[in-house]
Amino acid sequence: MAADVTSAAPAAMAGPKGPLADFWDSFSENRGAVAGLVLLTLIALTAIFADFIAPHSPIDQFREFSKLPPVWEDGGNWGFLLGTDALGRDMLSRLIHGARISLFIGLTVMVVSVTIGIILGLVAAFAGGLTDMIIMRVMDLIIAVPSLVLAILVVAILGPSLTNTIVAVTVVYLPRYVRLVRASALAEIGKDYVTAARTVGVGTPRLMFVTVLPNCLAPLIVQAALGVSDAILEAAALGFLGLGAQPPIPEWGSMLADSREFIRSNPWIVTLPGLAILFTVVSINLMGDGLRDAFDPKLKRS
Amino acid sequence: MFRYLLRRIALTVPTFVALMFVTFVAIRLVPGDPVEVRTGERGIPPERLAEFRHQLGLDQPIWKQFVDYVWGLVHGDFGTSIVTNEKVLTEFAVLFPATIELSLSAMLFAVLIGVPAGTIAAVKRGSPFDHTVMGASVIGFSMPIFWWGLLLIMLVSERWGLTPVSGRIDLIRYYFEPTTGFMLIDSLLSDQEGAFLSVVHHLVLPTIVLGTIPLAVIARITRSSMLEVLNEDYVRTARAKGLSPMRVIGLHALRNALIPVITSIGLQIGTLLAGAVLTETIFSWPGVGKWLIEGIGRRDYPALQGGIMLISSIVIFVNLGVDVLYGAINPRLRHGR
Repeated sequence: MAADVTSAAPAAMAGPKGPLADFWDSFSENRGAVAGLVLLTLIALTAIFADFIAPHSPIDQFREFSKLPPVWEDGGNWGFLLGTDALGRDMLSRLIHGARISLFIGLTVMVVSVTIGIILGLVAAFAGGLTDMIIMRVMDLIIAVPSLVLAILVVAILGPSLTNTIVAVTVVYLPRYVRLVRASALAEIGKDYVTAARTVGVGTPRLMFVTVLPNCLAPLIVQAALGVSDAILEAAALGFLGLGAQPPIPEWGSMLADSREFIRSNPWIVTLPGLAILFTVVSINLMGDGLRDAFDPKLKRS
Repeated sequence: MFRYLLRRIALTVPTFVALMFVTFVAIRLVPGDPVEVRTGERGIPPERLAEFRHQLGLDQPIWKQFVDYVWGLVHGDFGTSIVTNEKVLTEFAVLFPATIELSLSAMLFAVLIGVPAGTIAAVKRGSPFDHTVMGASVIGFSMPIFWWGLLLIMLVSERWGLTPVSGRIDLIRYYFEPTTGFMLIDSLLSDQEGAFLSVVHHLVLPTIVLGTIPLAVIARITRSSMLEVLNEDYVRTARAKGLSPMRVIGLHALRNALIPVITSIGLQIGTLLAGAVLTETIFSWPGVGKWLIEGIGRRDYPALQGGIMLISSIVIFVNLGVDVLYGAINPRLRHGR
C-alpha cells in the first residue's frame, strides 16, 4: 500500500495534464512533503527488501559480541555497523526488520479502520434515525476512553501479540473515520446530483458507494495518511509497555522496552529504535501535510 | 441555549450507560482468575476460595453482578480493589492530583511556549524562525514520547546530573502529610526549606515529555489561526489607525486567533491522559496512569473497572463542558446539527 502511494505520484508526471498531474504540482510545491515522500519510500523499500539488505538475521544471537557499540565508537566492530543489543543481536538488522513490522501494523490498521469506517459512516448517514444514533453513540464511547487506556484494555482481554495490537489500535482509530465519512456523506446527500440519482432509481447501496463515496474521499485520504503514523506510534507505545509484539519479534517499541536498563551503560541501544520510529512517523506526517495541501486548497498552509 | 444544553447532556446519558456495560463486560473477559491472583500460589483450601468468591460477589449470577455494579456506581461506589482492599474511589482520589498536577503543568508549558512561538512564526512568516518552528512542530507532533522520556533521562539526569530520574519529591529529605495532594502547593505549606524546589526539580522532565505533543499542536494551530486573522479587515483598520505592531498583534489579532487554540486545548484532555500513562510509567510518577498499568499486571478487575469508568467519565464531562462553552461562544453551532 505504501508502495502504491509512492509509485502513483511520480508516474503522474509523465502523463498529460490530468488530475494526477495537478495533484503532483500542488504536492511537490511543498518541499517538506517531497522530503517526507522520499524518506518514506526509502523506509518502505528497506521494509520490503529487509531479507536482502539486513546483514544478519534479526533474531540470531552472537553471544560473544553482546552490547557492542556502533562502528564509529571505540570498540565498534565492522561486522555490526550499529552495534548489538544485550543478547548480541545485530541492531541494524533488527531495525531494518522492525521497519517491516511497523509499516505493516500502520497500513493494516489504516486499511481495516478506513474500510469499516466507510461502511459504518455511510450506513449511519443514509439510515439515520436509530441506526445512526446507535453507531454514533458507540463511537462517542470509544472516544471517551483515552486512546492508550482503551488499547491497553483490548490487549489485556485478548492477550499481547502483534495481531491483537492491530485489533486494539484499529478499535481506537475507528471513530475518526466513521465521523468523517458520516459528516461528508451528510453534506453530499442533500445535493442535487444525489437527488437526481435517487429519482432515476439508483438503489441505496449503489448510491452509497458509487454516487456519494467518491465525493467524500479527499478528506478521508488525508486523514488515512496521518492515521498510519498515529497507528505506528500507538503500536510502538503498546510494544514499549510490553503489551505489543512479543520477543523475539524486532518491533521498535519493544526493542526500546528491552533497552531501558541500559540507559546508563549502552545509550545507543536506547537511541536507535526511537530514532527509527521518529523518522518514520515524521516522514508520514510531512507527506500527509502535502496531501492536505494538494487535496484541500482551502486548508492550504498559507 | 438552555435547550442546547439539555440536548447535549441527554446525549451523554446513553454513552454513560454503554460505558458501564462495556467496562463491566470487558473486565470480565480479561483472562485470569482474580481470586487466585489475590490468594497467590500458596495452597489454599477450597472453602477459603469459595469464601473469597462470595465476599467479592463473584458467586452471584452475572446479571446480578451487573445490577450490583450499576447500583454501586449510582451511589458513588466504584468498587473495591482486590489487591489493596481499598475503595477504588479512595485510591483514585489520592493518585489523581498527581496526574492533574503533571497534566496541568504540561499544558501550561505547551501554552506558554506554543502560543508565542506560533504568533511570532505567523508574523514573521517565511523567515528562518518560522521554518524552525514549523519543522520543530512536525518533529514534536511525531515524537514517540516514551523514547523522548528515556532520551531526556539519559542526557539530563544521567549524563549532566541536573534532574532526578523518578518520583515527585526527594523522599529521603522531605516528608509531609498531603493536604491538597498537589505537591507544588503542599511543599509550600509544609514550610520545609528546599521542598518546593525539589518538587519543581522532579516536575521538569515529565512536564517537558508530556507537554511536547500539545506544544507542537498549539504552536501550529496558533500560527495558522493567526495568519488567518492577520488578513481580517479589523486588523488592517487597527494598523491603519497607526497602532503599534505590538498592540495590533497582541491585542486585536491574538485575542481572536486564540479561539481555535482554546478549543484544541479542551479536545486534548483525552490525549493528555493517554500520554500521562506513558509519562508516569517512565518517571515512576505515582498517578492514575501508572496505577492502571499496574492494575492490569495484578489482574485487579475492580480497580481497572472503576479506574477506566472514572477516567472516561472525566473525559466525557470535560468534552461536554468544552462543547457547551463553545456553543455559548458560537451560536451557529447550537442551532446546527
